[in-house]
Amino acid sequence: MNNRLAVSGNSGPKVRSDCQMELELTDDGGIVFDLKSKVMLLYGESIKNQCLEILEFYGIRNAILKITDSGALPFVISARIEAAVKQLVDSDKEFLPEIHEDNKYPSKRDRFRFSRLYVPGNTPSMMINAGLHSADGIILDLEDSVAPEKKDEARILVRNALRQICFYGAERMVRINQGERGLKDLEYVIPHYVNLILIPKCESKEEVKRVESKINELRNLYHIDNEVYLMPIIESAAGVEMSFEIARSSDMIVAIAIGLEDLTADLGVTRTKEGSETLYARMRIVNAAKAAGIQPIDSVFSDIGDMEALRLNVLSSKSLGFEGMGCIHPRQVPVVRQGFAPGPEEIEKSRKIVLAYDEARRNGLGVVALGTKMIDQPVVARAQRTVDLAVSLGLMPGDWKNDVPIETE
Amino acid sequence: MAIPTTINAAGREVPLEVNGKPVIPFKGVGKHKPFGNKYGPPIPSCSDFPDDGNKVVPTLEEALLRCGIRDGMTISTHHHLRDGDLISNRIFELASVMGVKDLVWFPSASFPCNDPVIRYLEDGTINRIEGSMNGPLGRFVSEGKMKGTAVLRSHGGRVQAIQDGDVKIDIAVLAAPSADAFGNARGTGGKSACGVLGYAKADSMYADKVIVVTDNLVDLPCFPAEIEGNYVDYVVVVDRIGIPEKIVSGTTQITKSPDRLLIAELTASFLEKSGILKDGVTMQAGAGGTSLAIAVFVHGILKSKGWKSKFGFGGSTKYMVEMLEQGQMGYILDAQAFDLDAVLSVSRNPNHIPYPVFNAYNYHSKGNLTTMMDIMILGATEVDLNFNGNVVTHSDGYLLHGIGGWQNCLHARNVILPLPLFRDRIPVIVDEVTTLCGPGELIDVIITERGIAINPRRTDLIESVRNSGLPLRTIKELKDEAERICGRPAKPVFDDKIVAAIKWVDGTVIDVVRKLKQ
Repeated sequence: MNNRLAVSGNSGPKVRSDCQMELELTDDGGIVFDLKSKVMLLYGESIKNQCLEILEFYGIRNAILKITDSGALPFVISARIEAAVKQLVDSDKEFLPEIHEDNKYPSKRDRFRFSRLYVPGNTPSMMINAGLHSADGIILDLEDSVAPEKKDEARILVRNALRQICFYGAERMVRINQGERGLKDLEYVIPHYVNLILIPKCESKEEVKRVESKINELRNLYHIDNEVYLMPIIESAAGVEMSFEIARSSDMIVAIAIGLEDLTADLGVTRTKEGSETLYARMRIVNAAKAAGIQPIDSVFSDIGDMEALRLNVLSSKSLGFEGMGCIHPRQVPVVRQGFAPGPEEIEKSRKIVLAYDEARRNGLGVVALGTKMIDQPVVARAQRTVDLAVSLGLMPGDWKNDVPIETE
Repeated sequence: MAIPTTINAAGREVPLEVNGKPVIPFKGVGKHKPFGNKYGPPIPSCSDFPDDGNKVVPTLEEALLRCGIRDGMTISTHHHLRDGDLISNRIFELASVMGVKDLVWFPSASFPCNDPVIRYLEDGTINRIEGSMNGPLGRFVSEGKMKGTAVLRSHGGRVQAIQDGDVKIDIAVLAAPSADAFGNARGTGGKSACGVLGYAKADSMYADKVIVVTDNLVDLPCFPAEIEGNYVDYVVVVDRIGIPEKIVSGTTQITKSPDRLLIAELTASFLEKSGILKDGVTMQAGAGGTSLAIAVFVHGILKSKGWKSKFGFGGSTKYMVEMLEQGQMGYILDAQAFDLDAVLSVSRNPNHIPYPVFNAYNYHSKGNLTTMMDIMILGATEVDLNFNGNVVTHSDGYLLHGIGGWQNCLHARNVILPLPLFRDRIPVIVDEVTTLCGPGELIDVIITERGIAINPRRTDLIESVRNSGLPLRTIKELKDEAERICGRPAKPVFDDKIVAAIKWVDGTVIDVVRKLKQ
């Protein structure tokens, strides 16, 4: 590496919670700071000390460091300086901020994934409060939302975010890049309690296998106990045709998603609100997922201003069998959650079926009846799922059986 | 040289005199009982005024001269033209040319457009400002560059100071969007319409001399008059009193920030679940993006329940006007109109009533509106573990805002502060506020995106939402979370020099701002 000057991060009138670092190696003179900060009086010293510690960590003793800070949090500052250093110094060493204890939670294979919120992987201001909007999952995205020249620094930022930002119980997801870069991305996220990896533009089971084996390698290396799940995204005609094979290519897979922007481009059609042009693809994905025993997840809805169209889109998605949808704006989350949640009539019917089943069990009957109708086992199972769902969404109390008088006819 | 100080009832070290005049240290909420009579202006005589009622003089300069402008006088202005005000700066420009020194500027608020007065503070024309200090003006004062000591008062506190004679206004220069030659004036009509002129009422009644400046001279009578001609000495007609697009924002905008919307939603949900929001509720919400969103969510709840708010107290906006027009609000009592919809509504809807701060906020009156409000939504730059609030300085110690009606509004039944837990990197909840503006015993609920803290004194509110599913936290938990995310901020270091005194609603000194050490 012969570079002497590196730039990382972002600055500008519209940039918030970020900083830009210009690091120039020098031969003598120690570390010279040129710090401009929105929070100078309150955090100026702390920013300098943090930078000194990291430069020391990488053995840099002489440099000019120009920082333009718009209120970056500590995890951002350390990510930016590490990214700058790594443009100049060949080092595998990582400067890891402390991991927040609350971030170590595991996920579950069959948890709900109604809404998952995409957050661009190089935009700190959108990460900080992402967990507050009650999305089932937060996706830190290293792929399409990051400019090609920013991919390296985004990795470091996402790693630090996984360690320091609390998502308050949302499933912690990362969308990696395609191919080799994606495998390298895994090194930055797997050791840091990520719950699920999204594999973009997936077209074959081999791609899944490569990701799976890299994850297993890293899990062994870092002694990681938490499960890591996979969600391949199908975004091409070829991918659609291979969807069943992909869906059952790994035990790590818990869901398969469809990405309609790329798919419609591949099909050479225009994406419409009704989506009849992708009906086949969507039905095929749903079928493949159900056949493989995993969750089918629908594409994002890109008009963030039209909540009514989103609501209709969710309803049609649910009617096809999808069990969730991506969100690209926090305000979409409640609409999506509400859409996939069971309605009042569905809840009431399920409640009655579960009560009838309990009653039959108590009376030692093998057959469940509701009124004059016989109820099959799969129907009972589905009713139980709906009731569990309603309870978890706060639509009915957890102790609902005690609250309601049991009908005795 | 050192001014004697004492520790006031809020535990703050405050001086016993400010600008050479004795002051009373804060004694506690409702503890200071004034005595004596209110101040009265000099008695005028009709024989000194033209029989035809025409008080027009050719220029502002001549009006000031006829008012006898001289060194050390107190000049008052109002802030209804907001950031479009062209008159205030002009007064001091003229005074500077005349060579007048050591004036006291006593505005009801100042705006960024008033930054040019820094020049007149520097050249000695103005000794000090007793009003609000924003932006560069705040910076100038915080760096100890103003000759006199600033005095910050609430809107109600300003009326109190005028009526009680704490501040004697020598000349009030009152810009008016419409006026007649006799001096009757109102806030509607003309190219510089601002809706209402409520903040100017006390000035017109108590100043020694009153000048009305208008760019829209109408035939007598200019009614309904908010400023009555009987109080006015001179009328000046100019081309423009203000820049219309800066007087009212065309539309006030609801926040688009998903995080602020979350706070607004949580606030509306708290109001509903606690039972504070009910049929017949009385409320006030400001014009900030989050407050507007709260108004919209509250409107939705009122509609769905079939409830109606008895009245809302303005600053009014389009969103309050919508409640009025759609039947979810009985009346708007209005001290200032923030956007064009509000300005229009004042002039055409008889239930949208101009209601000066004079009647609404003054603590030294026989009761006032604020204690009758059920819901009061306010902001703050900082709140501390004892729920004390700061609105005038930022955590870095710089003066950046006026008090506005904030202190007055603290007397409402339920004072709710929806605030982000941190701004950029700066925590909003701190160990101890940099400057104390409002005692914690009057602040009831802090609503942040990361949880709601209810003042432990409000056991009734805590009880009312116990099983509501709302994210209730202690204020200490919120503070700790902010510091975990942001890191612990350093504290600003101050000099001994006092640059500003903060008055409580009863005229006592609740705290001071000191010069920042460079």
